[in-house]
Amino acid sequence: MTTTQSGGLSPRDLVLGPEAWPESDETMIINLGPQHPSTHGVLRVVLELEGETVLRAKPVIGYLHTGMEKTGEQLTYVQGPTNVTRMDYAAPLFNELVYSMAVERLLDLELPPRATWIRMLMCELNRVASHLLFLATNGMDLGAISMMLYGWRERELVLAFFEKVTGLRMNHNYIRPGGVAADLPPGWEDDVGEICEVVPKGVAEYDEILTENPIWLERTVGIGLITTEQALALGATGPILRSTGMPWDLRKAQPYLAYDQVDFDVIYTENGDTFDRYRIRLYEIAESLKIVRQCLERMPSGDYRIQDRKVTPPPRARIDESMEALIHHFKIFTEGFKVPAGEVYTAVENPRGELGCYLVSDGSGRPYRMHIRGASFYNLQTLSTMVQGGLVADGIAIISSIDPIMGDVDR
Amino acid sequence: MHKDPVAVAVVERVKGAVAADSHGQTVVHIPREAWREAVQFLKEEQQFTQCSDLTAVDQLLRPDRPLPAGVERERFEVVANLLSHPRNRRIRFICQVPDGGEVESLFELFSGTELPEREVYDLLGVRFSGHPDLTRLLMPDDWEGHPLRKDDAPARVPVQFKEAQAPR
Repeated sequence: MTTTQSGGLSPRDLVLGPEAWPESDETMIINLGPQHPSTHGVLRVVLELEGETVLRAKPVIGYLHTGMEKTGEQLTYVQGPTNVTRMDYAAPLFNELVYSMAVERLLDLELPPRATWIRMLMCELNRVASHLLFLATNGMDLGAISMMLYGWRERELVLAFFEKVTGLRMNHNYIRPGGVAADLPPGWEDDVGEICEVVPKGVAEYDEILTENPIWLERTVGIGLITTEQALALGATGPILRSTGMPWDLRKAQPYLAYDQVDFDVIYTENGDTFDRYRIRLYEIAESLKIVRQCLERMPSGDYRIQDRKVTPPPRARIDESMEALIHHFKIFTEGFKVPAGEVYTAVENPRGELGCYLVSDGSGRPYRMHIRGASFYNLQTLSTMVQGGLVADGIAIISSIDPIMGDVDR
Repeated sequence: MHKDPVAVAVVERVKGAVAADSHGQTVVHIPREAWREAVQFLKEEQQFTQCSDLTAVDQLLRPDRPLPAGVERERFEVVANLLSHPRNRRIRFICQVPDGGEVESLFELFSGTELPEREVYDLLGVRFSGHPDLTRLLMPDDWEGHPLRKDDAPARVPVQFKEAQAPR
C-alpha cells in the first residue's frame, strides 16, 4: 500500500479514469454502483481489481447533488432549517441544530434551559434512531437479513415519537433559530419511558445475534483497517475515528447544549476494523439512552423558545385578538429577521461525526453563504484506504461500516 | 496582541498574516503565497491534527466588507477550519484569492482535503495547484460555469422534461 507523508490517500488512488486503465489484462477496472443496493443510495465506486482483490478504489459522488448550499442562500433564516434538514436525512435534527446554533451565535442569543434540554433529548433520540438504521442496514449488507427487520422495529418507536412531537417522521424542521418549534406534547414522558425500556431489549438481542456470531466475526473482524493517523489526515470523525483508539467526541471535548451537565461515556475501541465500528455504534445507543433518561428526569420547565420579539413569532392565541401580533407573525414568516454581518463556524457531534456549519451573513435576512461540513462527506474519503488489498465482498462491508448518507455527501 | 497563542505564533511566523476575532472564534488571514506554509506550520509545530473543513466564499457582492487592516480584498475567500485534538482548540484560516487565481493545495498535509478542494473548484472555480485530480466533483463533467458563484444565476439552465411540450 502506498502512503503519502500525511498518511491516508496517495495521488495514485485518485486517478482511475481511462488514462489510467491498465494495458495488460491482469487487472480490471469496474464500477460498483451507483445503482447497487449495498451502496446506501447512489454511491459509485470505481474499483481496480486483480481477481477478487481490490487494488485501488475511488468513490465517485454527485449523483444526489441538489445544490442545497445555493438554495440556502435564497431562503430566509426562518426557512433555513427546512433546507438543511434534508441533507443528512437519517439524522435531520442535527442538521437543524448546527444551522440554528450558527444563526444564534451570530445573533448572540442565549436560549432558555428548556429549549436546550428539549434539543438534547430529541438529538439523542435521533442518534438512537440513526444507529438503529445503521445496525439494520449493516446487518442486511452482510447477509443478516433479519437484522433489517429488527432494526426497523425499534427505530419505528422513535420515529413515532418524533411524529408526535414534530408532526413528521423525518425532515422535521423542529429545531429553529431561537429554540424549538413546539413544546413537548402532554404525556411525552410515557413515550420516552417506553423507548428507554424497549430499545435496550432490542439492543441486547442484536448483541446476542451478532457480536458472538462466528459468521459475523468472520466477515467483520480485521476487515477495513484504518489507523488513527490515517483517520485524522483524511478528516474522518465519529465512530470511524473512535474505532482507532481515539476517544474524541465533540459532546465531551467541546460541549454544546447541556452536554457538560449530563453523565455519559465516550465509547471507543482500539482495532479500527469493521467490527469495531459496528460495536461502537451498538454501545453508543445505550449511552444516548443514558442521556435521554437524564433529560426525562431533569427536564426544566419554562419556555421552549426564546422570548425575543425579533426572532420569535407571537403565540398563536395572540394572533386572534391583536392586529399587531398578526403583523408581527407575518413579518417573521415572510421577511424573516436580519442577522448582523459576520461569519461563524459551529460544530456538533452527529451520529456519523463532526457536522459543521460555516455561515456568512452580510447583515440581510438571508445567509450570504451557508456551507455544511458533512460528516459523511469527509468519512467517505477513508474508503480508498480501507478497501485496498481486501476482497470485493469486504468492500461492501466497509462501505456499510462507514455509514455514509448520500444526502449529506452530495448536498 | 491577539489573545490566542496559536494566532500570535502564526502571525509571528508567517509574513503578512493578520489575526482577528469573529464571535469568539480565532481567525487568521493568510496571504495567498503562504497558505500551505501556514498550514504546515500549524501541523508540524502547533499540534494541529485535522483539517476539519475547507470551503470558499464568493464575495463578489461585498466589495466593501469589513476586513482587518492589512488584508487586501479579493473576490474569493478560501476558508479552512483546523482542529488540534491534543490541544482541543480550533482556528480558522482565510485566504483572499482573485478571480482566476490559484492557491496551493493542502493535499500533501491533510489528504482529507481531496474532496473539499475539488468541491470548491467545482462549485466556485477556485483552482488548487498541486491537487492530484482537480476535476468536477458534484456537477456533471460537461457542466459550464460554477454554480455557487454569485453571478451564476439559478435556473439559468431550463429544465426540459421528457415528452413534455416544448415551451411556446
